[in-house]
Amino acid sequence: METNTLKSFLAETGKISAFAGRFFVEGFKPRYEFAETLRQCYFIGYKSLPLVGITAFIMGLVLTIQSRPTLVEFGAESWLPGMVSVSLVREIAPVISALICAGKIGSGIGAELGSMKVTEQIDAMEVSGTNPYKFLVVTRVLATTFMIPVLAILSDMISLYGGYIGANIRGVVSWDLYWYQAFDVLDFSDLLPAIIKTFFFGFAIGIIGCYKGYFSNKGTEGVGQSANSAVVISSLLVFVIDLVAVQITDILGLT
Amino acid sequence: MNTQPVISIRHLSKSFGDNHVLNDFNFDLFPGENVVVLGKSGSGKSVLIKCIIGLLKPDKGTIVVLEKNIPDLDNDEIDRIRVKVGFLFQSNALYDSMTVRENLEFPLRRHWMKSSLDNVENMVLEALGNVGLAHTIDMMPAELSGGMRKRIALARTLILKPEIILYDEPTTGLDPITGKEISNLMLELQKKYNTSSIIISHDMNCVKIVANRIVALINGTCYAEGTYDELKKSNDTLVKQFFE
Repeated sequence: METNTLKSFLAETGKISAFAGRFFVEGFKPRYEFAETLRQCYFIGYKSLPLVGITAFIMGLVLTIQSRPTLVEFGAESWLPGMVSVSLVREIAPVISALICAGKIGSGIGAELGSMKVTEQIDAMEVSGTNPYKFLVVTRVLATTFMIPVLAILSDMISLYGGYIGANIRGVVSWDLYWYQAFDVLDFSDLLPAIIKTFFFGFAIGIIGCYKGYFSNKGTEGVGQSANSAVVISSLLVFVIDLVAVQITDILGLT
Repeated sequence: MNTQPVISIRHLSKSFGDNHVLNDFNFDLFPGENVVVLGKSGSGKSVLIKCIIGLLKPDKGTIVVLEKNIPDLDNDEIDRIRVKVGFLFQSNALYDSMTVRENLEFPLRRHWMKSSLDNVENMVLEALGNVGLAHTIDMMPAELSGGMRKRIALARTLILKPEIILYDEPTTGLDPITGKEISNLMLELQKKYNTSSIIISHDMNCVKIVANRIVALINGTCYAEGTYDELKKSNDTLVKQFFE
């Protein structure tokens, strides 16, 4: 039984890797689907901004409010903006944004492509002489890969603004002082690894959503399963990529 | 009738595990002909046309479509053949996130890149006019009835002016009156554009209207062949069951 589980896990991993590998083959060959890629960027990036923005604002606010008492106890209240900004920019904002996107975008792509698969729309695209992988998968994966870093950067800014509001609920920090303290502790070595890993988060979310939808079967039940497993696997992958990214930045001495 | 077939299938075999769906199947489709492939559910009719269009790879045999053997072609060559071969899906397969106009424009914009926008618009209107649904141009597929969706799917299939059309159970799920309307429309459009067609069906009302020739697909082979009247008079029990 355990052997079978291991075998199916390895087989699934192999299939996902082959599916991801195909992206690099198909993605560089003409014809390029610029219009569809931009359309997907709009849906994946712009349409996700309210959810990511609200979450980021609350995250910054709550983190600041909850960190304050401990810092006050040590007489280090003035460190609050710096501590919050390092936590948010290096880890919390990119990872939480990616998880929100794994839920919203991953499930959306899984369900959309799954529904297209079971209603033969993907076959219809193929018989009309259009490469469905290029039209459906390459465009969506490009959109997630480039939009999630943008969302993460916006999330950094919005969560820091949430931190400013949080810092002023119990204490008083001027606008200028807060931002000076928040940015003073930040370095490029804090920002760059955090941004670079979001490209990998985006790629993983796009590929898993597309893979699960593209190979969906068993009718409407299969569509639900595709959406569900797209969220579960891509959320797990976000953590795995984060773990690998932390190890790499640690080895490179960027911590 | 021209003796050079537009589709020629020889010794076609296709299995799924131990299930031998097609077994040494031979078949020819001649220009201007409407051939109905008759068979029970699960007899391999849909597998046959999916092999013809290259959606499924056969285990053995040759499928020559417009002088090209489909299993030997690469993806780009298959795509060029697919422009000349229309496929009407049983489920219609309309893109449900697009309007009727976008559904019809989709194949046009991908294969007629140099056409002006006016030409695309005219071709869409002509295709919709052919199926009598010009007023639905800005509607979404979900807003249409089953018969209307079938007509739109037919219009989308015809918009690239294919030489061959493959119909996968075109009247399944429709009421008898709408089924008859669709069958008559298929016949009318076939005459107008002089296409050759393979029609997968077990709706005998549709078969009677559209078939020039019928092929009975039984046990994975071409079991019997003839016109509607010839097969109706057959004494073979396996053939007779379709007409009872």
